Amino acid sequence: MIPALNLLIGLAMGLNLVALGSSRLPSLIRTVSTQGIALGLMPILLEGNHWDWRIFLIAMATVAGKGFVIPGLLRRAMRAANIEREVEPFIGLMPSLLLGAGGTIAAVALASALPLLPEHAGSLLVPGALASVLTGFILLIGRAKAISQVCGYLILENGIYLFGLLLIKATPLLVEAGVLLDLTVGVFVLGIIIDRIQRAFDSLDTRKLTTLHE
Amino acid sequence: MNALIILPLAGAILAALWPDNRTRAWFLPAVGLVHVALCFRLLASPPVVSPEAWIGFDPLAAAVLPAVSLLFFVCGIYAVPYLRMRQERPNRVFVAALLAVLGLLSAGHQARHLGILWIATEAVTLAAVPLLHFNNTPRAFEATWKYLLVGGTGIALSLLGSFCLGYSSLHGGGEGDLTFVALAAQGAGLSRPWVLAAWVLLLVGYGTKMGLAPMHTWKPDAYGEASGIVGAILAGGVTSVAFTAILRIRSVVASAGEGVAADRTLLAIGLFSMAAAALFLLGTRDYKRMLAYSSIEHMGILSIAASLGAPGVWAALFHVWSNSLTKGALFMSAGNIRRAAGSPSLDDVRGMSHVVPRSAAIFVTGLFAITACPPFGPFFSELKVLGAAIQTGHGLTAAGFLACLLFAFFGLTRVVFAVVDGRPRPAAQAGGKRIRESFGLIAPPLALLVLSLWLGLFTPAILQDAWTAAVAQLFPNP
Repeated sequence: MIPALNLLIGLAMGLNLVALGSSRLPSLIRTVSTQGIALGLMPILLEGNHWDWRIFLIAMATVAGKGFVIPGLLRRAMRAANIEREVEPFIGLMPSLLLGAGGTIAAVALASALPLLPEHAGSLLVPGALASVLTGFILLIGRAKAISQVCGYLILENGIYLFGLLLIKATPLLVEAGVLLDLTVGVFVLGIIIDRIQRAFDSLDTRKLTTLHE
Repeated sequence: MNALIILPLAGAILAALWPDNRTRAWFLPAVGLVHVALCFRLLASPPVVSPEAWIGFDPLAAAVLPAVSLLFFVCGIYAVPYLRMRQERPNRVFVAALLAVLGLLSAGHQARHLGILWIATEAVTLAAVPLLHFNNTPRAFEATWKYLLVGGTGIALSLLGSFCLGYSSLHGGGEGDLTFVALAAQGAGLSRPWVLAAWVLLLVGYGTKMGLAPMHTWKPDAYGEASGIVGAILAGGVTSVAFTAILRIRSVVASAGEGVAADRTLLAIGLFSMAAAALFLLGTRDYKRMLAYSSIEHMGILSIAASLGAPGVWAALFHVWSNSLTKGALFMSAGNIRRAAGSPSLDDVRGMSHVVPRSAAIFVTGLFAITACPPFGPFFSELKVLGAAIQTGHGLTAAGFLACLLFAFFGLTRVVFAVVDGRPRPAAQAGGKRIRESFGLIAPPLALLVLSLWLGLFTPAILQDAWTAAVAQLFPNP
């Protein structure tokens, strides 16, 4: 069970780097959505043989939210706003990649210094969580466009979710609460859409308004 | 179940369904009145809260929540004439969101469980979003965006901190019971490295909601663009829920044996907030943003007070009351001035004592109250903080505290007198004729000032007892 889980976490950590290296918004959104699906499957793997409907529900909600609903909203916002597809980095792609790679190594080192329960000692959950939080911060700070900042927030949130998996058996409530973070993202995206409508009003370009209402 | 939470939430649903835009605003004072009555009845006869309860009107909730409730009620009275002036904007979402904020604030103050506390704070953050862009200007959207970005990151970090605290309990052999009582009972059994990690993350997370520097960046934008009542409720209600959260978490960290480290960080971040706010106050040219910096300064005072042991926490709870009520008066009178002047900037506004004399008088009196001039509430609460600092041997802290207060006083008086004095601009004079200082716009801030005065002169015994009980809850073995 642990090897399969570690494989998925490793995939998520790799996707962090892909996200940092993406130069176009659609590929960034696709990366975040893939990471969301990988994360959503993890609780089922963690549970393994005994089947618990609550955990299954969390997993399904996560896959739907992180993998499909939010990326869909982001794509809609991107189309509605009719913006350039470049991510416009403040921190260039190469420096962000180097920072991300250095951060991943630091995360692994830091995680090995933290005291862990024996059943978590062999898993990549803690390093994966720390690396994702760091990647999220790099994207939040280092990208100009609102949509890429939301993607950064999503990756930050994915890192927190990974950490939450440590606690899923002991305190399912707290982990379920984390799903609420997705709601924040939903509001974010709505904010972008509303903001664009507002700007369209200012420029009196009604063609953009009809695109939003389709 | 808990009527303090259910009532405003039910009110929010009813207000959202209410068909008439003109009468909908009456929901705010009506729900506020019942909420205040309930709150003070509970304060007078404290209910017994079972230790394992997840939500309950415990002594800490009793020491803070009535202040929020009182502030909301007065803001609700002000909201009726305010929304009547703003008939052009549909207020369905605004009224419903404001009531939801009251319900969720009540939940947050009464939360005795780490998870519930986080959910309530998260929900308050989201419910406040429609309040911020009620004015529907591009500036308001920008403020909302920053609020969401910074506040959302803060909320995310506080969840990570909650996970760390949960893991520290699990690592120490706990069962995963995340009520504050159970965590404190586990005490030294909690895993130290995880407790420290949790403390840092939770302090940053809830500190962002409180508006402690350097996580304060959303505050000037949000307070500058939001309407007066929204600013008052954010500055008096949302910050106090984050502060009680930090107090509850600090007591868990202290029971794990890391109280000294926790107090040291609180002291440092508090002094930094006060100093940063004082510097910004000396430079700002916007009288609504000025209120935000003043709020950051007072959050710094609370943070310093919380680091000074039992007498400091008592003073902090006193200061929550005096700051909330006085700040409310300032926000409402600033809102009146802003509407008459048509601009928040010192470059365009002066001589407002000729245009809106009553609001200007309240604004100036509020200035003296908030800068701790006797005999208003803040003077006495800040005196208690100073007393606690000297009593616990923090002489340098006391000196820094006084210096920051002095600079803040310079900054605040500079802005306020620039707004009030001089000859008004023609545009503002025309605006003053358009806007009448009706009873409904003047009485609520005046009432808050009177309350602040009353709090200072005759601090009621019932409140003092409530604060003492809350301190006893937070420091079980002195």
